[in-house]
Amino acid sequence: MVDYVSTVNPDFSLIAPELVLLIAASIIMVFIPWRKMATFAPAIALLGVVVAFAYAIGQWGHQSSGFAGMVTCDNFGVIFKWIFLTATGLSILLIGQYMKSRGIDRPEYFVLLTISALGMMAMANTTDLVVMFIGLEVMSVPLYVMAAFNRRSLESNEAGIKYFLMGAFATAFLLMGIAFIYGAAGTTNLRQVVTDFNYIAAGRGMYLYAGVALIMIGFGFKVGAVPFHSWIPDVYHGAPTPVTAFFSVAPKAAAVAVLLRIFLYGFADITMVSHSFWVLAVLTMTVGNVLALRQNNVKRMLAYSSIAHAGYILVALTVGTDAAISAAIFYVIAYTFFNLGAFAIVALLETRMGAESEFEELAGLSKSAPYLALLLAVFMFALSGFPPTVGFFGKFYIFRAAIESNFVSLAVIGVLNSFVSVYYYLRVVKTCYFDEAEKPQKAVFVPATVGLALVVTTVATLGFGLFPQQLLQFTKQAIFAFL
Amino acid sequence: MDWLTPLIFAPIVGSIIIALVPSKQTETIKGVSLIVSIITFILSLFVYAQFDKLGSGMQLSVNVPWVTSLGIHYHLGIDGISLLLIVLTTILTILCVLSSWRSVTHGVKGYFISMMLLTGGMLGVFCALDLFLFYIFWEVMLIPMYFLIGIWGGPKRVYAAIKFVLFTMFGSLLMLVAILYLYFQYHTYAGEYTFDILKLMQLPLPITPQHWLFAAFALAFAIKVPLWPLHTWLPDAHVQAPTAGSVILAGVLLKMGTYGFIRIAMPMFPDATMTFMPYISVLAIIAIIYGALVSMVQKDIKSLVAFSSVSHMGFVMLGLFALNQEAMQGAVIQMINHGISTGALFLLVGMIYERRHTRMIAEFGGLAKVMPVFSAFFMIVMLSSIGLPFTNGFVGEFLILLGTFKANMVYGIFAASGVILAACYMLWMYQRVVFGKVTNPENEKLKDINWRERIILIPLVVLIFFIGIYPSPLFERTEPAVRQVIAHIEKTRQAKMDLQRVDDNTLALREEDANTAPTADNGGEE
Repeated sequence: MVDYVSTVNPDFSLIAPELVLLIAASIIMVFIPWRKMATFAPAIALLGVVVAFAYAIGQWGHQSSGFAGMVTCDNFGVIFKWIFLTATGLSILLIGQYMKSRGIDRPEYFVLLTISALGMMAMANTTDLVVMFIGLEVMSVPLYVMAAFNRRSLESNEAGIKYFLMGAFATAFLLMGIAFIYGAAGTTNLRQVVTDFNYIAAGRGMYLYAGVALIMIGFGFKVGAVPFHSWIPDVYHGAPTPVTAFFSVAPKAAAVAVLLRIFLYGFADITMVSHSFWVLAVLTMTVGNVLALRQNNVKRMLAYSSIAHAGYILVALTVGTDAAISAAIFYVIAYTFFNLGAFAIVALLETRMGAESEFEELAGLSKSAPYLALLLAVFMFALSGFPPTVGFFGKFYIFRAAIESNFVSLAVIGVLNSFVSVYYYLRVVKTCYFDEAEKPQKAVFVPATVGLALVVTTVATLGFGLFPQQLLQFTKQAIFAFL
Repeated sequence: MDWLTPLIFAPIVGSIIIALVPSKQTETIKGVSLIVSIITFILSLFVYAQFDKLGSGMQLSVNVPWVTSLGIHYHLGIDGISLLLIVLTTILTILCVLSSWRSVTHGVKGYFISMMLLTGGMLGVFCALDLFLFYIFWEVMLIPMYFLIGIWGGPKRVYAAIKFVLFTMFGSLLMLVAILYLYFQYHTYAGEYTFDILKLMQLPLPITPQHWLFAAFALAFAIKVPLWPLHTWLPDAHVQAPTAGSVILAGVLLKMGTYGFIRIAMPMFPDATMTFMPYISVLAIIAIIYGALVSMVQKDIKSLVAFSSVSHMGFVMLGLFALNQEAMQGAVIQMINHGISTGALFLLVGMIYERRHTRMIAEFGGLAKVMPVFSAFFMIVMLSSIGLPFTNGFVGEFLILLGTFKANMVYGIFAASGVILAACYMLWMYQRVVFGKVTNPENEKLKDINWRERIILIPLVVLIFFIGIYPSPLFERTEPAVRQVIAHIEKTRQAKMDLQRVDDNTLALREEDANTAPTADNGGEE
């Protein structure tokens, strides 16, 4: 079954975007000693992302695999490449003056960022569990460093260590799971597992199921599903805000991509998978939303909200139909835009002296920075799922898939959760618009790059909300290739 | 030609234009808002003129695919019921813009932007014939209303704003699930994905899902009406909202609830409507009496008017669920009447509030001497709210009671007592505020209402008498629409009963020769 010909003649076009990112990262790395690199690094990284994106666009519609079946290039993987690259690009833009204001504007950051994106792309574009694992590590190790990037801040260090320990713990589960599956199936390639599924399940079903459960736990950590979520608030809160922005979208999207690929392609025939996801989805939505109600820090609130949003995506995983996969991808895209937008504003406001993103700091924002307040309100309405934002359409599409497959109770739990979330998102709007500032707030300087990031995220949030047709078509075509 | 799209989008485009005006130029902003609202009103008059009063079904329809892969259409169309509500909305919008001329002092730009967006959303709700589109407009309106209450409201505005959004959101999210369920049921039935209200109305549903779906829709609409015991957000929102916010809230937003019943919940789920009829009628009667009794003990004029809304909307609900031509048509007319009378009451309360910065009944007394013109307007409006003959209130309430007596004598008797209570609380309030001696020295120097305020009130008073004396233009337009709703409910129920009979027969036949033909029995499910 292994395609030896392609091993001899590796098809580099399959991994062209990854290679571009690698080259960009290498260039920055080589020139780090050059002092001016701090100013050029973001530009080089951004250029790398844009070129990689161009290559990734070219990959749409082709379905092939190479490197002895280790790399799979299908629409599903490609659309996730777009998501990772968009998230990375926007994360570079939204940094603005943040790193400088904290004295941590070092070029290494961009090396870490691009390498991490490279790892995500590797994760999403393979059917081999070992490659997924390597991709995961390539993604995660830079993330640990990024979390602790503000090395003079205790909280940032705590975030880094916590993330690292939890990440290592999760990895252990994952690796054990892969080992079990290898033991049961004699292969780590999902394609092989799918082909021989009945034979494997009949013979060594116990090992297979144990492996599947362990993998689910491992990625449960990564995606932040309850009860594996406890690291998220501290890490999100402690890490520098642009890093948190990146954390909350890109690695999460990568974990979702892998979950979709493993459980809806690889082990779609195991009924227990859907039941487990049902429980995870309900727990994740509910715990995330309820705990977010009590937060007094915007970053922490957004951390819990990101848990809740993972819960909505898990609803799609529970449902598991083609419509649900398409809905999950749509939701990830939507969430990427509005969540990054929200974080971009939080990061901007933190460039003011002594700002810690407590709720009180937002008071009177509608007066001191009316446009930022308006955009923040738009993102909050998107997060809580109000029309005509894409946040509404994303939720609508997920619940549509759920009801289509008769998961009515799950959909009801979902909308009730979405109801709970309205309260804390509107609290942000309330503080910005209804509360008066205790002391006059300083004006906020908006660098051009951050402005660009905000324009892109806002246009996407409202544009895809009003005209989702095009994006829907893409997500519908983003199905797994059965090569 | 498509008249409805310009109607809906005129205020929305207007809000964009307002957004482009620098926020310091408050007079320009007000001027633009007034022009936009007048343009919207003129457009609504065009719609009124284009509307064929003899025609049945939906008129002026527009149907353009929007999200084709999900079967979502931009489908607009109106019948007589929506027509009247549209005109009411555009009239009240102009009056609200005028009434906010002096009373809004801070954040003028945001205020008028919210106002215009709100108008666009409301017009959208009344025109939408696609459930998805309906839902979008329904939800979109929450946002400007949230800001209107929260930024320009009274001392407890934040609490009131959040309560308003949370109550409405709770109902509408469950409605979303119901909409989706309906959508897939229709797909199984007809093999087509659609949110088209007119198509979904043709879907025969078994009784149990109908109950659940009706409950979900009814919850969303009943919160908006508001039906007792879901009314608790209303007094807070009304009392805290700025005058124009209260006018729009009472005048139009509450109508969206009753409109939802008559447009969606009742025709789509006829069996469930019959099942729930007694319960909703009883709740409506409780609302009538409870609202009136609570109004009686209010110390604040604005909360008195707010609770009187609960009572009046109870009448509308009772009329709708009497399910006969008289009562339903009365209910539709009463929706318009309540918009006019209560809107005018809120405007009047706003006018004295601007002068005295209090709304406590005890602070006033003897206003007839210092503000004769105001008192005269106040009296006319108050009498129309009570339902005096020759005012609009009489026409609606009379028809509702007539129809209710026809349907159920007991309901009729209880509801009629509400009319008496209404006279009690209104007249007593009027007496304490307007008659007697000027006891409070602060009231001695009050200025009577100026030309701007008179211009605001005159159209409403004209409408009060016009509808009261010559209501036939309204009846002519609502009659076919109401007839159609009732006919649809009857027809669907009849068809269902026939089907049931056939099913019973086949079942009986099958039982007779159960051994010879053991076929799967899904008859009841389809």
